[in-house]
Amino acid sequence: MRELIKRSLAEHRIALDAGDYSSLELTRLYLEEIERRDGDVGAYLTVTAETAIRDAQEADARRATGCVRGALDGIPYALKDNFCTDGVRTTCASNMLKNFVPPYDAAVVSRLKAAGAVLLGKLNMDEFAMGSTGETSALRRTRNPVNENCVPGGSSSGSAAAVAALEAAFTLGSDTGGSVRQPAAFCGVYGMKPTYGVISRYGMIALASSLDCVGVVTRSAEDCGTVLSCLSGKDARDATSVSHPFPKFSQYKKDGSRPLRVAVVRELMAEGVLSSDVRHALQLAEKRLEELGAEIGEVSLPSPEAALAAYDVICAVEAASNLARYDGIRYGYSEAAEELFELYAKNRSKGFGYEVKKRILFGTYLMGKDQRALYYDRAQQARAQIRERMLGIFKQYDLILSPTASTPAFSTGTTLSAAEQRRADLCVVYASLAGLPALSVPFGKNADGLPLAIQLIGAPFAEGLLLDMAKRLEEVTP
Amino acid sequence: MSRSDFEAVIGLEVHAELRTKTKIFCSCPTDFGAEPNTQCCPICMGLPGSMPSLNRRVVELAAMAGLALHCTVSPISRTDRKQYFYPDLPKAYQISQGEVPLCRNGYLVLKTAEGERRIGISRIHIEEDAGKLMHENGKTLIDYNRSGVPLIEIVSEPHLRSGREAADYLRTLRAILVSCGVTDGKMQEGSLRCDVNVSVRPVGMKTFGVRTEIKNLNSFTFVEKAIEYEIARQIALIERGEGVRMETRRYDAVSGETVLMRRKEQAEDYRFIVEPDLPPILLTETEIEALRQCLPEFPDARAARLVREYGLAEKDARTLCQDVALGNYFEAAAKSCAYPRLVSNLLLSELLRHCDGAEFVSPVSADRLAALADLMGEGTVNSATVKKLLLRLCEGDFDPRLVVEQEDLGQIRDKAKLRTVALEVIAENPRAVADYRNGKNAALRSLQGRLMAKTGGRAEPILSEKIMKELLKEEV
Repeated sequence: MRELIKRSLAEHRIALDAGDYSSLELTRLYLEEIERRDGDVGAYLTVTAETAIRDAQEADARRATGCVRGALDGIPYALKDNFCTDGVRTTCASNMLKNFVPPYDAAVVSRLKAAGAVLLGKLNMDEFAMGSTGETSALRRTRNPVNENCVPGGSSSGSAAAVAALEAAFTLGSDTGGSVRQPAAFCGVYGMKPTYGVISRYGMIALASSLDCVGVVTRSAEDCGTVLSCLSGKDARDATSVSHPFPKFSQYKKDGSRPLRVAVVRELMAEGVLSSDVRHALQLAEKRLEELGAEIGEVSLPSPEAALAAYDVICAVEAASNLARYDGIRYGYSEAAEELFELYAKNRSKGFGYEVKKRILFGTYLMGKDQRALYYDRAQQARAQIRERMLGIFKQYDLILSPTASTPAFSTGTTLSAAEQRRADLCVVYASLAGLPALSVPFGKNADGLPLAIQLIGAPFAEGLLLDMAKRLEEVTP
Repeated sequence: MSRSDFEAVIGLEVHAELRTKTKIFCSCPTDFGAEPNTQCCPICMGLPGSMPSLNRRVVELAAMAGLALHCTVSPISRTDRKQYFYPDLPKAYQISQGEVPLCRNGYLVLKTAEGERRIGISRIHIEEDAGKLMHENGKTLIDYNRSGVPLIEIVSEPHLRSGREAADYLRTLRAILVSCGVTDGKMQEGSLRCDVNVSVRPVGMKTFGVRTEIKNLNSFTFVEKAIEYEIARQIALIERGEGVRMETRRYDAVSGETVLMRRKEQAEDYRFIVEPDLPPILLTETEIEALRQCLPEFPDARAARLVREYGLAEKDARTLCQDVALGNYFEAAAKSCAYPRLVSNLLLSELLRHCDGAEFVSPVSADRLAALADLMGEGTVNSATVKKLLLRLCEGDFDPRLVVEQEDLGQIRDKAKLRTVALEVIAENPRAVADYRNGKNAALRSLQGRLMAKTGGRAEPILSEKIMKELLKEEV
């Protein structure tokens, strides 16, 4: 029976419809796997077993009467702990929100409820999504299920680890600057950051509003497309969400009128930028795409220094602004204080962890009236130019092939040097700054058995193309 | 130096609550006086993950206010976060508009003793209200019902010069905003609040003095009194050689004084950033024009139209348009009358004398006034008769035309008849006749008066005077 939890969403759907097993049985299997495995993996912060069982029974009841709600009806999934869930604590893996129980559901949660999906629980993350190893979580340590001595990546650490460890059929994460793609790469699963605005952010606790995207983590490209189809579309509660005729999965035809044009990033292929295993995987992916009929060209990433700086500044400024509301007055970590200032100082000093406070201080400084024009305004200008230039690349190419991360997952406790961090960030920030869709695709393993991955970046709303190419690569993955 | 050696420089920041059913970024109601924290949701409470969606009606009402105040309405404006920590501000930032407000560069025409003055309006922007702190038994409670209630802030140029003038500005502003339906203007419910910036300088000086800000004034009287007190206080400080300090003050209505709230050593840094959760606010020319069409007609425009449509003298038209009810009454009468200028004359020089009270309420219906103007205009009765009839109409309603017929009040235009009466007058007043013939033209008026008396005021004045003159010439 346990083998079932490896199955794809489409297989589950067929089996559930055929009555091979019930949603209740499937849900129990995932819950058992969480029970069995999560003590080591540490993906979950909260397991909602009771409501999951109840929701699964309801899904089965619907099925019995022929009222199936779609591809996700009765499918067990889990959420990064920065999506608000009505009545289920939502912590952002922070002491600040350790006991915060939202009175409402995030837009994606409402959609998944309406689609009949079964929530298994809430997943660990870097505190307030700040970090790339999961190690800034104030509540739990998540390990890489492939090798528990390695980090799972972050900030959607639990989202990637849970999917890799078969502790959920799919999960949602958030991607501000690689937070879904990079852990997906580290854990050997698919991680999609869609075009900015394709999925409503309403109810996803903000890090940097102009960069934040809801991300999807799955074990196959096809699963990813299934979840994306359910979640995408304009939402009145997120004014930045967009309605766009979503290109159908598999729209791209191998024998189309012209060959697929793929750009490879010159700088990242240079000697010493990527670890040799990642570089090798990328070269192999390039070869495979060529074999699939693609034309390969080379491009340069526009202004890498400006891109990295712009990302750091915008992210810090918006984070400082978004996190200013956590004062312990209405909810969250709170201590008694004599005076108002003391109350702010106590609650915010003790409620937040080091990384969060560091970024708040940095961001607050950057948006001061004497600094804003120098840093934040210039960062926005740089960002606009980078977006233009990225869109320019997509006039000549259908997609960009790049690594998701410069290395495979590294050991827990490793401190990256500034140069290493810079190389890691270079792989992911362009899609975030330009609001482009990007998909991390698992692509073989290195000699130590650690997952390798490549990243496909597309023009706005090219999610369908990315998924389709990922699916083709899936068939030829080493 | 005395008060008259100084000039006060005053600017107002007026917050008006917009008349919308729901809040600015969520669908909570805006009703006043509900139980605390019963009109709140995750959005106006700023709960983690919640996001604002702009209520389009807010943009429309704010743009209407801008159009009514002769502002340029921006086709593209944006929202910004104004950031500061205070418990009544649940997100720790207020969504407002910084560098690019919805409306700019307008003015309001203020009628003062010295004539009309244009008070510049530098900007109007939209923003959300904060919650309300209540201090009870040493505890502080917060009511978030008001959090997210839509406001516009109307910032005047520092063009006002006295407390009286500032209060008049606020009155006029309120009247305009209320007439457009932008706000209900209820000052006692806080729908209209005002912050005042005051400084003084020696008359003739071009630079500004150090200003103080008086926060949250919610009545015309308080605005006037607080400013006058503050002007006197600042002059006294300067005269004592102490100088004015930049600070925020509040008005104590009991003592009639302004009281220090906090010093402002430097301008506060609100760390404005563009609100990343909201796209720019777009207004097309077509939409702006459609909003302009929704505006009521303002006094100046109406006066110009009355001059154009009814041929009134400009001064009369302006007088009629000062009061909406008066203007409406005039138009109701003028519409059904062939002699609109006569309607205006009768209304302004006669009927108004019989109206008292703050608001114009006519004791005579518009139809009756129109009928009187027609009777006079077509020559059926003369002005003396019309005045008498108008007085009688103030006492009780009747049909003037009918009464003129029944009581035979029509003008006498029959030459033979007038000649007979004139001859009688000449015969009975030999002295006046002699005076006239000796060159005393004034005597003619007295003779004419007799003639009027004899005809019960009904003689056609011009014709009868002509006949009288002829007769006086003949009988030498």
